[in-house]
Amino acid sequence: MKPQDNGKNKSYKPILSGTSEWPVVQLSRNRKQFIEAVVNESFKKISESKPGKNDLREELETTLYLEKLRVKKNPWRVDPLDDYQFWSKVKFDLVELVGNSNAREKEEEILRRIVSRYANEIAGNFKRSRYKMAREIIKFGFSRLLNATRVKSFGALFKNQYTLNDKLQVTGKTGQLRKLAKKGTVVMVPTHFSNLDSILIGWVIHVLGLPAFIYGAGLNLFNIKILAYFMNSLGAYKVDRRKKNPIYLETLKTYSNIAIQQGAHSLFFPGGTRSRSGKIERSLKLGLLGTAMEAQRTIFMNHPNRDGKKIFVVPVTINYNFVLEAPTLINEYLTLKGQERYYVENDEYSTSYKMLKFLVKFFTKGSDISVSIGSGMDLLGNYVDDHGNSIDSKGRIIDTRDYFTSNGKITEDKQREQEYTRRLSDIIVREFHRINRIFASHLVAFTAFNIWRNRYSKLDIYDFLRLPEEELFIDYDDFRHEFKRVRKYILSLKKKKKVNVASHLKGDLDVVIKTGIENVGMYHSKRPLLLTKDEQIITQDLNTLYYYHNRMDGYDLEKHF
Amino acid sequence: MTSRSTSKKPVGVIGAGSFGSAIANILAQNVEVLLYARDSEVIKKIAETREHRGKKLHTNITPTGDLSYIANTCDIIFPIVPSSSFRQMMQQLSPYLHPYHILIHGTKGLDLSLPKGQGLRDMKVLERDQVKTMSEVIMDESVVVRVGCLAGPNLAKEMSANQPAATVVASHFEEVIREGGNLLRSDLFQVYGNKDLIGIELAGVLKNVIAIASGALSGLGLGENAKGLLISRGMVEMIHLGQAMGGNVQAFLGLAGIGDLVTTCNSTLSRNYTVGYRLAKGDSLEQIIQTMDEVAEGVNTVQIAKKFADTYKIRIPIAEAIYSILFEDLTVEKALQILMKYPFNVDIDFL
Repeated sequence: MKPQDNGKNKSYKPILSGTSEWPVVQLSRNRKQFIEAVVNESFKKISESKPGKNDLREELETTLYLEKLRVKKNPWRVDPLDDYQFWSKVKFDLVELVGNSNAREKEEEILRRIVSRYANEIAGNFKRSRYKMAREIIKFGFSRLLNATRVKSFGALFKNQYTLNDKLQVTGKTGQLRKLAKKGTVVMVPTHFSNLDSILIGWVIHVLGLPAFIYGAGLNLFNIKILAYFMNSLGAYKVDRRKKNPIYLETLKTYSNIAIQQGAHSLFFPGGTRSRSGKIERSLKLGLLGTAMEAQRTIFMNHPNRDGKKIFVVPVTINYNFVLEAPTLINEYLTLKGQERYYVENDEYSTSYKMLKFLVKFFTKGSDISVSIGSGMDLLGNYVDDHGNSIDSKGRIIDTRDYFTSNGKITEDKQREQEYTRRLSDIIVREFHRINRIFASHLVAFTAFNIWRNRYSKLDIYDFLRLPEEELFIDYDDFRHEFKRVRKYILSLKKKKKVNVASHLKGDLDVVIKTGIENVGMYHSKRPLLLTKDEQIITQDLNTLYYYHNRMDGYDLEKHF
Repeated sequence: MTSRSTSKKPVGVIGAGSFGSAIANILAQNVEVLLYARDSEVIKKIAETREHRGKKLHTNITPTGDLSYIANTCDIIFPIVPSSSFRQMMQQLSPYLHPYHILIHGTKGLDLSLPKGQGLRDMKVLERDQVKTMSEVIMDESVVVRVGCLAGPNLAKEMSANQPAATVVASHFEEVIREGGNLLRSDLFQVYGNKDLIGIELAGVLKNVIAIASGALSGLGLGENAKGLLISRGMVEMIHLGQAMGGNVQAFLGLAGIGDLVTTCNSTLSRNYTVGYRLAKGDSLEQIIQTMDEVAEGVNTVQIAKKFADTYKIRIPIAEAIYSILFEDLTVEKALQILMKYPFNVDIDFL
């Protein structure tokens, strides 16, 4: 029972009565056949793309080289024990083939072995019972923590006064999302700022009464036992970023492609990794999005009488006042920018203990979070109505199949699909900016940063960020004046539906500024913004301020300073 | 060899101006063509006489005034109407279009989307998203995404006279380039493909401004040195503008760029050239427009180019001089003097 209901978060009934109907459950029930299908399809694709005499051999040798290097230089705890033996055997077999240029059959056998290993490694291990348990643990654990800290009495640990729902506002097209998930297959594409995102989204999916989604989670997260448990339970499959060889990537893409074809709702973080700069992602990874495109065309081809499922893309933004990783991320961004070099990922979460500490800190201290669900779209970026019909800009219903049609027939055209994927990615970025819900904290960060930046406009950004923080202050009245102007402009953008704002942003100016300054990066040891007693605005960490300011990137706001 | 045309359906051409008719004639050698004209008299006359603008039309061409009929019958359509009426035409056509359609346009002009009730002169600045190429207009107004354009040295009069020529089909889609090539290619007409749709569109659009200048030089009785200077410096201006609007340098160095520029700048057949020539002879813009039966796109383009260059701080002295001649009563002689004193110093600064 919930004593309090703020009206915003109503609870939703599950859209499917029992979990046994969930696509992800059916997928795991037929796990063996599914992996088999992935292996066959990947094998076929790779083999066909290497028709020449030495093509396949070269591919295998390159893969072997990279994998040996990985095993030696960058081993992880989750790696299977027989990694070394497996690749040694591949090496042995390839050495045997030296001098024999007519060994396609043998080469294909090795390829199949590798693909099969990869597919088994990637495949998730969804278990219904575990899912339910993980969900309960999250729900129970978090709401207890929340109550303990908010109500501040020991007894509160056993009360239900606050729930995760109070902390988490879900806004936007929730009703439509539920309908679309019944009608077709949903591919959810959220922005990515924090390692918390996948847990949060998992929670939101559950709150909305949707069946579990499958998603690719970095293999490094499986190093942490407690996380691995949750991930496995929540439908995650494993993505190993160390493996960049084409055979692995093809297998990974095929995995996602076939899962979508079989109706598994999927979650991609299309930016690839967390946004290090704090900006909303501008260039998306096209590989995984492309698998959705390919899956849709294959469905259309395999169902000429139109009984195949349609795929719906739903953009989602997650807005925080406070991102725990912000200081690390922005420093990485500043060091890396402009030079794509290899670095070992700095993990705040390398052990279960650190992870737990993070969660406790987050749920006891973190301020409100809002998740905005965007409008559903077809794969060409046309909005769809609640029945899943694609609607063009003039309000006419159009047939998505027509995009894949040439001379009256649905055809496979890789280049065309690449172009469509690029287009889709542009539209997703546009939607991110449109549904992004701006908080007062983002806006104060943006305003303060730009006031200072303009004072030192002759410096380049790096020199600017190296300025000693003690030298930076703004008179409250000057700040107030600028903030008012920027807010006015943001509200005019909101009217044009180019952005969304949190309702607290519209209130009394001084209150909004106060809320903003209090909330921006509130639990960092060095605060991005503070108001002193003598009415001066100061910063303790310019880099982190830059990070929060970046959230407002992409609206051409700088012009208005 | 692949077959000449993979599409057995008729193709549509929208716009029966001189270029539209010439393209219809070339297409008709490979496939049935539906040619749209707005004017019912023109349709009747073509149907009866098989002639238009004094030129024979191929027997494979059927004139029509029904856009829905074209859209329902054809998968591939070539819209070739002046830029000033292009958006309106698309609005009429759009309800009949589906995502399976392919549109390859042949219009070398720009479209302006300004706030309601405002003209170019009211604008303090001109942003990129207020200027649209024709492919962008097509995608604004319809669900069609497989879009391409035709560009290159294609003087309609020479094409109607069956002289050899070549064109560029530009599109982001290989499919569009392939289909367009199959439909257009003939023994006298070569087709090249290019993936830089915006660059190729801009090359075709911006060269019209330089063509006006070239006509003006000839009108002054100047010779080949001056023309060489104009073409090379004009090219640099085109490239700078083109890059600022989203095209790549390469597009300007090919058939649709330098190829078209040289042709148009040397051709008394070109409308833009004629505008410049007559300006130099002392006619006013009004007088010239009154006596031309088709629009010279360069006159419209130079106004947009000027405002755009002002906004983005790009130096385009030749285009600015043409602008001043057309709209600020500067004489051609005076403009030339100013240009000769202009402090150019770098020859090539775009590579």
